Amino acid sequence: MAATAPVIDMRAVSRTYGEGPPALAGVTLSVAPGEALAVLGPSGSGKSTLLNLIAGLDRPSEGTVTVDGLRVDQLDEAGSARYRRTKVGMVFQFFNLLDDLTVTDNVLLPAQLAGMPRAAARARAAGLLRDLRIDRHADAYPGRLSGGERQRVAVARALMNRPALLLADEPTGALDTASGADVRHLLAELNASGQTIVLVTHDLSLAASCATRTVELVDGRVVRNTRSAESATAVGR
Amino acid sequence: MSALGRVVRAGVGRRRVQTTVMIMTTLMAVTASVLAAGLLVASRAPFDHAFAQQHGAHLTARFDGTKVTAAQLRATAHASGVTDAAGPFRSVETRARTASSSDLVPEGVDLPSMTVVGRADAGGVDRVDLVSGSWLSGPGQIVVADDVLPVEPGTRLTFPGAPGSPALTVVGVARSVTGTADAWVTPARAGTLAAPGDTPAYEMLYRFAHAETDAQVTAGRAAIAAVVPKGALNGAESYLAVKEEATANAMAFVPFLAAFGVLGLLLSVLVIGIVVSGAVGAATRRIGILKSLGFTPAQVVRAYVGQALVPSAVGCALGLVVGNLLAVPVLAEVGDAFQGPSASIPLWIDVVVPATALVLVACAALVPALRAGRLRTVAAITAGRTPGTSRGRLVRRLTGRLAVPRAVGLGLAGPFARPARSATTAAAVVFGAVAVTFGVGLALTLGAVQSGRMLDSGGSVVVGTGGGQAPPGAQAVHVGGPEKPKADPAEVAAALRAQQGTGRFYGTTQAEVSASGITGATTVVAYQGDASWAGPPMVSGDWLDGPGQAVVTARFLKAAGIEVGDTVTLTERGRRVPVRIVGEAFFTEGEGMALLTPVSTLGALGLDATPGQYVVETERGTDLTRYLTALNDRLDPLGAVARADSSDDSSVIAAMDALIGTLTLMLVVVAGLGVLNTVVLDTRDRVHDLGVLKALGMAPRQTLTMVVTSVAAIGLPAGALAVPIGVALHHYVTPHMGDAVGMPLPSAHIAVYEPPVLALLALGGLVIAVAGALLPAGWAARTTTATALRTE
Repeated sequence: MAATAPVIDMRAVSRTYGEGPPALAGVTLSVAPGEALAVLGPSGSGKSTLLNLIAGLDRPSEGTVTVDGLRVDQLDEAGSARYRRTKVGMVFQFFNLLDDLTVTDNVLLPAQLAGMPRAAARARAAGLLRDLRIDRHADAYPGRLSGGERQRVAVARALMNRPALLLADEPTGALDTASGADVRHLLAELNASGQTIVLVTHDLSLAASCATRTVELVDGRVVRNTRSAESATAVGR
Repeated sequence: MSALGRVVRAGVGRRRVQTTVMIMTTLMAVTASVLAAGLLVASRAPFDHAFAQQHGAHLTARFDGTKVTAAQLRATAHASGVTDAAGPFRSVETRARTASSSDLVPEGVDLPSMTVVGRADAGGVDRVDLVSGSWLSGPGQIVVADDVLPVEPGTRLTFPGAPGSPALTVVGVARSVTGTADAWVTPARAGTLAAPGDTPAYEMLYRFAHAETDAQVTAGRAAIAAVVPKGALNGAESYLAVKEEATANAMAFVPFLAAFGVLGLLLSVLVIGIVVSGAVGAATRRIGILKSLGFTPAQVVRAYVGQALVPSAVGCALGLVVGNLLAVPVLAEVGDAFQGPSASIPLWIDVVVPATALVLVACAALVPALRAGRLRTVAAITAGRTPGTSRGRLVRRLTGRLAVPRAVGLGLAGPFARPARSATTAAAVVFGAVAVTFGVGLALTLGAVQSGRMLDSGGSVVVGTGGGQAPPGAQAVHVGGPEKPKADPAEVAAALRAQQGTGRFYGTTQAEVSASGITGATTVVAYQGDASWAGPPMVSGDWLDGPGQAVVTARFLKAAGIEVGDTVTLTERGRRVPVRIVGEAFFTEGEGMALLTPVSTLGALGLDATPGQYVVETERGTDLTRYLTALNDRLDPLGAVARADSSDDSSVIAAMDALIGTLTLMLVVVAGLGVLNTVVLDTRDRVHDLGVLKALGMAPRQTLTMVVTSVAAIGLPAGALAVPIGVALHHYVTPHMGDAVGMPLPSAHIAVYEPPVLALLALGGLVIAVAGALLPAGWAARTTTATALRTE
């Protein structure tokens, strides 16, 4: 079977801030299409730095980061913006929805920034809200929704431009148990439908239920890289 | 340093942009206010001082000696309202010729027409102060007025028009504060200087109980006229007209400086309110920490008021220095006019103006500072990121549906999220745009005044016909002896008509004669042909269209105590020619005291009425250089010369333009910095949202577009609102500038805003807003996504 090109290909990536110890030290990592990678580790282990480098929010001090064939580490700010519009969708711990926009307008934002035709964007947003079962809140403002519903809106927004990669930073970190379970289920569904996901989490149950592979970081280094046996066959490689 | 002092110092040092804004705005406001108030008060001081010292005459009146007796004139000293009087003094309009040489003028020079008064002593009402030499001690002596005749003690003058051509020796040069005469002789001598057939004339000097206003002086004049036979009082000059003329240049600055001062103070209050309010809003947690450390609410209030007062005090101090320095050249001119010490801005203005500015600043800062003082400690110390606002959601929804790029839509909705802050931004833009509209209008008005202030400046070519014709505005001193004859006017006119490219032209000449009601010589500018196309702008009445007519300025009318429709009698060597004033024009040439009339008037006075120059307008598209070359080829055999018309620019107007430009620029910069400050605050408040948008793929250019659009949405309507305010301010202030110099401006000089200019000015607010927002917009665009997301 011919090997498929990885969605993420990080080689010997290090990131150092000032004189301090490296936040990441020589990390080499690749994520295949359809894979759901959970990045675990204690506070300060480099999880957020890893996610920022993949998202093009930060640049490595050393090494290369390639996502869907694009050298992310070489992009300027405008190139990074284009990259985030087209290649990745991001889900944050605190949702990061704009409070003064309706649910629909929040979801539409990435498409509008990318210049997608209005009709197509509206149809896509309506479809996503329906698929994620939050269409009844389409005209509501985020402040009126529960935590789980807000995170669903955030996921819908992240998926708006059909990104090759969904990045999630502690997606259940700010949710109660029920809402957390709801989001876990949603991410699992998305991955099952073929969406490549990288999620950073402390939530072992999230990693267990959603991830096809788990990477554990300590002091900026990969100390464990574990594939989930039951999901190995689901990953297209 | 106390804890409070350290907090204030740290606050001032940390906010450099805001500190600069506060310094600049108070600097500008205090500079303009000190200048305006200082000039208003100080420019009048030298005249008032000299007038009081010399017991000046409130009214100088001239009487027809054939209609009133000396006893009747003495009785006028008891007219209603008169507190003191001097006279009657015999008054003669005559011309002198130098009979000896001096450093100033050679022998044989014909001096301009002058008013000689027979006066025994120099005291009493209108005490005449000697500048050099001595007062009269015999009938063979004459004392001349300073700055009127180019002679000095020792010079001998003859009077060829008087019987026997008497010769007098100049023994002194003296100064009358209101210029009641050009020269003084003994009473016995005065009558002998009159030409045969001259109507005897008398001068009376009056002081009134109330003479602070034109109306009071006019009432005094009416009371005097009522006690003499009708028609006996044929001229009178108010000291207020003299004062106005003496202080005109300085006073012309006052109206627009006052307007800039008020604009500056209002903008200071607004900007300082914005800055302190922003500082309080951005430092909620800091305030909480200060309170938790034991700062009382009063100390917090003092800390924030102090943070505004420290830079404002610096701005006030700088404004004081700049205002006083700028006043020096303007006030020096006024001081020189009365040979007194140079006037300076009174100390009380240097105290009151900055003190008022600081009080206003403190009041502006007090409102947000009180808010800081009232903040609950727990709430303040636990403040996290600025909570989202529910305002402007409807607008956001609507702009989200507009067929514009999303960055533009988000920007358009921006101002509605924080309406109060947007309103203050809009107010700052309005102030800046009002200043621009006002400043541009002033510049246009002054440009119109500059181009039209000199007579005969409407043509492109001037043809001089020779014959010793003095150039426009020059002092008319005619050298005796044979003069080169003027070119034949018919031949010059024929040459002009024959020359291809000639459009239209008229001839003009000048002479010095006596005019009833005016002390000394009056310059008569006489016109041959239709000069209406190049004549000075009319304020009221009509331009000359027939013999016996005259056009003068408001200053002339006021000095002579007449109105449009009245008659002025011109006198030259015993010939008297009445001319009717048909119109009031605006021009400043010759201090605006010339009388414009057809050449037939000069003929009637027995003077040379042939044009000394022709003013020519060439046809559109004519090459001026080629035209002049060809025309001079034709004129050379006739003894005439053509040259391109050029007029000197007024240094006063140039100084006004420079000051207006500087003050406008300062107001605009302060307004722009006010915008910058609010955009900085807004960007900081929304930095997290900015991070989210960037994380979703908003490119730097889109960020820039969003921020700039948000201020453009404020700047455009603010600019549109500012234009009518600026125009109204201009239309209110410019007439006062004209009034200050004693010459109302023609309506054409006030209605200077053409539609294209207004359209451009309406964009001024947009430019100010965008310029002020570019820096923080650039910062927003450059901020990395990770930084923005981390910033709370």
